[in-house]
Amino acid sequence: MGVVLEAVNVVRHFGAVKACDDLSVQLQEGQTVGIVGPNGSGKTTFVNIVTGYVKPTGGQIRFKGDSIIGLEPRKIANLGITRSFQVPQLYTSLTILENMLIALSIRSKQQWGFWRPLRSAARLEEASRLLADFGFTDGIDHKASTLPEGGRKLLDVALSFALQPTILLLDEPTSGVSVDDKFAVMDTLMGVVKHSAITAVFIEHDMDVVARYADRVLVFSEGTILADGTSAEVFANPAVRTHVLGEGV
Amino acid sequence: MDQLARIVLDGIVFASYLFLVSAGLTFIYGVMRILNTAHGSIYGLGAYTAAWLLLRLWPGGSGSIPIWGSYLVLLLGALIVGLIIGPLMERLFIRRVVDRGEVIPLILTFALFLILDDVMKLIWGVDPLLADLPFSMLGAISLAGINYPVYPFLLTLVAVGAAFVMWFIINRTRFGKLVISVIADREVSGTLGINVPRIYTFAFTLGAILAALGGAFVAPMISVVPGISVEVIILSFAVTTIGGLGSVGGAAIGAALVGLLRSMAVQYVPELDLFVIYALMTLILLIKPRGLFGGVEARRI
Amino acid sequence: MTLDQDAAVARDAGVGRDARFRSDAESEPPGDRPVSPRARRARFERGRLIALAILAVLALLPFLGMPGWLLFLLTIAFSKGLVVLGVVLLLRGDLVSFGHGLYYAAGAYTVGLLLRAGFPVRDAFPLAVLGGVVAALVAALVGLFLARYRGIFFGMLSTAFSMILYSLLLKLYWVTGGTDGIAVRVPTTLGIQPSADLIRVVQYYFVLAIAAGVAYLAYRVVNSPLGFLMRGINDNEIRVEYMGASVRRAIYQTYVLAGALGGLGGALVAVTVGHIAPDLAYWTASGEFIFIALLGGSGSVFAPFIGATVFEMVRNYAFKLSPYTWQMLLGSVLLVIILFAPGGLWSIIERLTQRAAARRAAAADPGTGAGDDKGRGWALSSKP
Repeated sequence: MGVVLEAVNVVRHFGAVKACDDLSVQLQEGQTVGIVGPNGSGKTTFVNIVTGYVKPTGGQIRFKGDSIIGLEPRKIANLGITRSFQVPQLYTSLTILENMLIALSIRSKQQWGFWRPLRSAARLEEASRLLADFGFTDGIDHKASTLPEGGRKLLDVALSFALQPTILLLDEPTSGVSVDDKFAVMDTLMGVVKHSAITAVFIEHDMDVVARYADRVLVFSEGTILADGTSAEVFANPAVRTHVLGEGV
Repeated sequence: MDQLARIVLDGIVFASYLFLVSAGLTFIYGVMRILNTAHGSIYGLGAYTAAWLLLRLWPGGSGSIPIWGSYLVLLLGALIVGLIIGPLMERLFIRRVVDRGEVIPLILTFALFLILDDVMKLIWGVDPLLADLPFSMLGAISLAGINYPVYPFLLTLVAVGAAFVMWFIINRTRFGKLVISVIADREVSGTLGINVPRIYTFAFTLGAILAALGGAFVAPMISVVPGISVEVIILSFAVTTIGGLGSVGGAAIGAALVGLLRSMAVQYVPELDLFVIYALMTLILLIKPRGLFGGVEARRI
Repeated sequence: MTLDQDAAVARDAGVGRDARFRSDAESEPPGDRPVSPRARRARFERGRLIALAILAVLALLPFLGMPGWLLFLLTIAFSKGLVVLGVVLLLRGDLVSFGHGLYYAAGAYTVGLLLRAGFPVRDAFPLAVLGGVVAALVAALVGLFLARYRGIFFGMLSTAFSMILYSLLLKLYWVTGGTDGIAVRVPTTLGIQPSADLIRVVQYYFVLAIAAGVAYLAYRVVNSPLGFLMRGINDNEIRVEYMGASVRRAIYQTYVLAGALGGLGGALVAVTVGHIAPDLAYWTASGEFIFIALLGGSGSVFAPFIGATVFEMVRNYAFKLSPYTWQMLLGSVLLVIILFAPGGLWSIIERLTQRAAARRAAAADPGTGAGDDKGRGWALSSKP
């Protein structure tokens, strides 16, 4: 498995806060990586830097060998790194189906078309299939704003997934989802993701969730990676147990 | 030399006029985030009311009241218009759209502008009102080698006075503190117990008085005719966007810039007297989208 | 392995089957109920029929003994409807072009100045097209700057550009004729040189045909990926960028199109009225287009034409009845629309036809919720 993303000595400070402090990591193709760590440990900043929202103060990020530092989010998305958001970002006044149709039109680089309809038969077919994979079977002609939080989260992920990225970054896909629905959401989206060749990275607070879905776990602490390995390895690490899981020694 | 003096004097006078018609507009935008197209109509109402009162009290140039009182009458006319139209407009219409973004209020006030334009025709007819008594009474003086009427400087005095009063109200009164709080954060101010709607009414009324003041004191210099509101609106848009929407100080700088630029154009390239104003407006918006004093632009993406 | 195959595998593995994240349909307002593909299809067919019927009626009007002035009024209204259509396309992205008079005047003066300069082609059709092209070129330049702006700043900068043109048209009188403007005499329309009593009819058909064609173009645009992208931009610009599409480019393209429509409309008005003046670029002209856009609503590509027709009628009648209160009447109508019917006239029409359809359906088959059906086949969808 080749390396798709490589971060080398990435630094980003917000005032005195070290959101990223000499952070280095490599992500391999097809991996499912869970990121854990306390609040303010730099998890979201890492995702924001990779997707071009935040510029690092120093260091290098290479995607398939090429630097992506300084590129706009749009360019990075086009290269093949997409993301979902902690607060779902949807087209709330459009229907669930239309949300997906827009994503598909952008993926096929047809978003500037002004003559052929968005609702082409092929696109409709693919959109409903993709939506079904994410659990949206009925009511895809309802507005996205009518979805409950779990549904919004899933749709947000589904839209990013539909762009067929090489790397999919999920920023807390289960935050705001009720405890009952958490595993259902993760089952659904991880089921789809794991059957693709996508490198998926997800930020998660719930250790049970991480242990269940991640091939590899990165533990963030104060802007650096405290531990890196399988969930069993990582959770056995004493430093992780004290710093992150908050257990007494 | 004469030309230079004329440029400076004309520039100052025109700037005073521009400041009077823009200060209220920018203040209202600052507090309520509403760009009031009907601001020019309030100016028109001020001009008509003042001219009409003058013609009533001094028919044919002399009346039963001493003539120096005409200046008080101008002030009174402006206050009447501002104090009636301001609260009325805010309570009846503006308030209903204040939380519907920036565009809907803009269009709503455009509707009010259309209505008020005809209201003025219905009340005062379509014949021009000529009430130049306060103007002619002051005569002219010789300044830097040219003859210049005195009255326009009264307009400047009024503008400076208005600027001072605005500064005092915003920075030295309890109302001003509340206004600043509302500008900073509408919702938090509301939860802190500030009566935000009332602040809106006050702020809108204050802005309306300023517009009426501009109209009332310009009235003796012009013939008051239907449609005088139309040009005022677009000029005050230019001044406020140049200075930065929401900034009264910016409006003063914008007015000074536009005033001088235009009086220069009038002397050297009269064909371009309007062009320079809008070219400056475009240029400033392109370089500093929020105007000279509009604060930092918040990136939306 | 392709993604499609992956998805198929995922499906076979029974993943993502549970449809627990269904939308909470209860909370939807009744007008926003979803539509099944079949209903959509039926609605589309019906919309097409209605569109053709309206067109047929409009085409027959000259034979129904319409007075020339009424045809003239409709010709103007349809020309303005074209301009407003452009304004509406931008409004759907929440962009208020409070300076569309720029393109209106650019189109009109293109015709006027070309004729004045002795341009060899003196037919209405190529001249109108040229008006649109010149306006599109201007929009291509202005749009480079404007595409960065949103909200009130977009509106103000649009106004500034249009006022620049206005001041030039007004003051460069040796070129533009100043306030007097320019008389426009176009001898032929599509090669036809009508007699004086037929000229209104010929112009009417000419503009009607162009308006119908452009309405169809606009219909395609609003249902195209670009059209939906504009609605997406209105909803969530961040999402658009993170999907890898350029917000600025979408706005730019729409803006150039809107500019072209403005120029086309302006050129047609110039040809029809026979006289142009700097007022076409003044801010009140731009305000009028926004007015009509709100009056008609953005619910359909027909809405701007309906809005423009009602606007011209009201103005005409009100002006005749009472020359001092026609603005007041228009202003009041606008007030009522903003405060009580934000979707414009089209939403009122839609609501009425829906109610009628529901009643009919209820009478035919009391078991089904036929209220779902609304004429969105040809609609631009109403914004909340």
